[in-house]
Amino acid sequence: MNITEANITNNNGLLSKEEKEPVIICKDLTKKFGDFVAVDHITFEVNKGEIFGFLGANGAGKTTAMRMLSGLIYPTSGQASVAGFDVYHKQEKIKKNIGYMSQRFSLYDNLSPLENITFYGGVYGVPRKEIKERSRLLIEQLGLQNEANKLVASLPLGWKQKLAFSVAIFHEPKIVFLDEPTGGVDPITRRQFWDMIYEAASRGITIFVTTHYMDEAEYCNRITIMVDGKIEALDTPGNLKRIYNENSINDVFYKLARKATREE
Amino acid sequence: MKQFLAFITKEFYHVFRDKKTLLILFGIPLMQITLFGFALTSEVKNADIIVIDNAKDDDSEKLINKLRASTYFTIYEKQIGYNAIEKEFKKGQIKAAIIIPPKFNNDLIKGKKSQIQILTDGTEPNVAKMLVQYITAITMDYQREINATNSPMMMIIPEIRMLYNEEGNGSINFVPGVMALVLMIVCTALTSVAVVREKELGTMEALLVSPFKPIGVLLAKALPYLVLSFVNLNFILLLAVFVMKVPMQGSILLFFFFSMIFIATSLSMGLLISNITDSQQVALLLSMIGMMLPTIVFSGFIFPLENMPKFFQWFSYIVPARWYYTGVKSIMLKGLDIHYIWKEMVALSMMGTFFLTIAISKFKIRLA
Repeated sequence: MNITEANITNNNGLLSKEEKEPVIICKDLTKKFGDFVAVDHITFEVNKGEIFGFLGANGAGKTTAMRMLSGLIYPTSGQASVAGFDVYHKQEKIKKNIGYMSQRFSLYDNLSPLENITFYGGVYGVPRKEIKERSRLLIEQLGLQNEANKLVASLPLGWKQKLAFSVAIFHEPKIVFLDEPTGGVDPITRRQFWDMIYEAASRGITIFVTTHYMDEAEYCNRITIMVDGKIEALDTPGNLKRIYNENSINDVFYKLARKATREE
Repeated sequence: MKQFLAFITKEFYHVFRDKKTLLILFGIPLMQITLFGFALTSEVKNADIIVIDNAKDDDSEKLINKLRASTYFTIYEKQIGYNAIEKEFKKGQIKAAIIIPPKFNNDLIKGKKSQIQILTDGTEPNVAKMLVQYITAITMDYQREINATNSPMMMIIPEIRMLYNEEGNGSINFVPGVMALVLMIVCTALTSVAVVREKELGTMEALLVSPFKPIGVLLAKALPYLVLSFVNLNFILLLAVFVMKVPMQGSILLFFFFSMIFIATSLSMGLLISNITDSQQVALLLSMIGMMLPTIVFSGFIFPLENMPKFFQWFSYIVPARWYYTGVKSIMLKGLDIHYIWKEMVALSMMGTFFLTIAISKFKIRLA
């Protein structure tokens, strides 16, 4: 499936009522570091199979929000559940059900693609036999047959990122968190990367993605724009453009983010 | 358990593919032990000595031959004047000069005593003292020989033995110290760098969001290095015993058991260092320099602890290497059993537990 097709199928924003099945629920979620309120009472829901974009300037609180949801840090107040598990008490359960890929991607340079897959598969408790079968398949899908046993260090950045994404969803998580996954990648590779995201979403994996690229924001089903730790806007890209009367998400973002008082 | 295995496999890949790690692991011990073992020695060997034999008689000849037979010196017989001797010293070519007066034998027989003069280079007091000791000992020895054939007289002959080190082999004192130093540095450096590397690469985050428990991350990091350090320990022991000729009087089993406690303590120290640093360079620097100095100074293998001010003596009790050094000497040189080194074992275990507890609790705080 490519992006245009996917956009058509999802262009009307949310899925129909019957299919709506929230996998991330946040209510007044807040994180304070001392006096500093990094995330300020954010409330939203993300549905199964949705591609949920998280936009915001540096320091807006995107990463902190993502870290609370992925079980890396505890919230200060508010409620949230991920994949049906409470973020305060069921962090371990959450971790089993999510995948994660950060901007600095999560692969080991001095391991081969195959060894990276085997390692992360093992850490997430995928049975060894299954790892063996599916990793071979995955390498084929990625077209990495010739590189399967070379070190990741020798791969081009774009391939590394595609591989990192595949590794992040190898254990078939319910939700995958992507923290600026396409930093530093050329437009063509970014396109291919998003094709992979759509493919994963079509299989029912919920995608929670932060990004700096406004064109990528347009690919999301719904986007959130965070300013100074608060959610300033949350809707489909189409609706946002309409509401703020702008031609592109870039302009919408600029309009909202300009109000920011917080610096990085 | 399966997760743990996956992690450990990965860790071994890192080690065997990283030349830097291998160099730290095996290069440092080889270099340190041979360097310290051979270079850091207080004994004197093959010192150049001039003998000016003005007597040229039977006794002087025999005495010189006796000196020549010793491995401590290389004897040069020269017929030079008193003033010329100083020139030789100034050139720095000789460490001592022995002057035998004319009528040496004559004086001995008729006057019942004669003199020899020993001149040494006082700019190196330790070497000078050693040489005087050696030469005096040989002269005394010769004196005893000639007395045995002549009229016996009363004398007290002190019989001196250096227990646990009969040959006065200096390296057997240093090598256990260097072993402590090497294990300490290698273990702390490797673990701290291994953990910090993941922080630097950003893979630590990926590990922390995985279901793998944070404490598991630390243990999985330390375990491969525990195994590698064991291999390394064998290597060091072989170097010590076969190259440096350090005896192994006690139980090898006890030695390994004791050493593994020390290694575990050092690994915990490494984990602790990894918690307070974010870059590999700093971690390496802290473990290399930060560990080396206290280990060298306070383990007592170079500077005797008894001569230090009380404060430093107290301080030395918190230096793990001090305990290890004492224990290893007891096992290897004295052949003592566990009853004599339990204190060292307890001290090291306590320190290890302490470091590990802080390392783990600090690691958790970073996640909270």
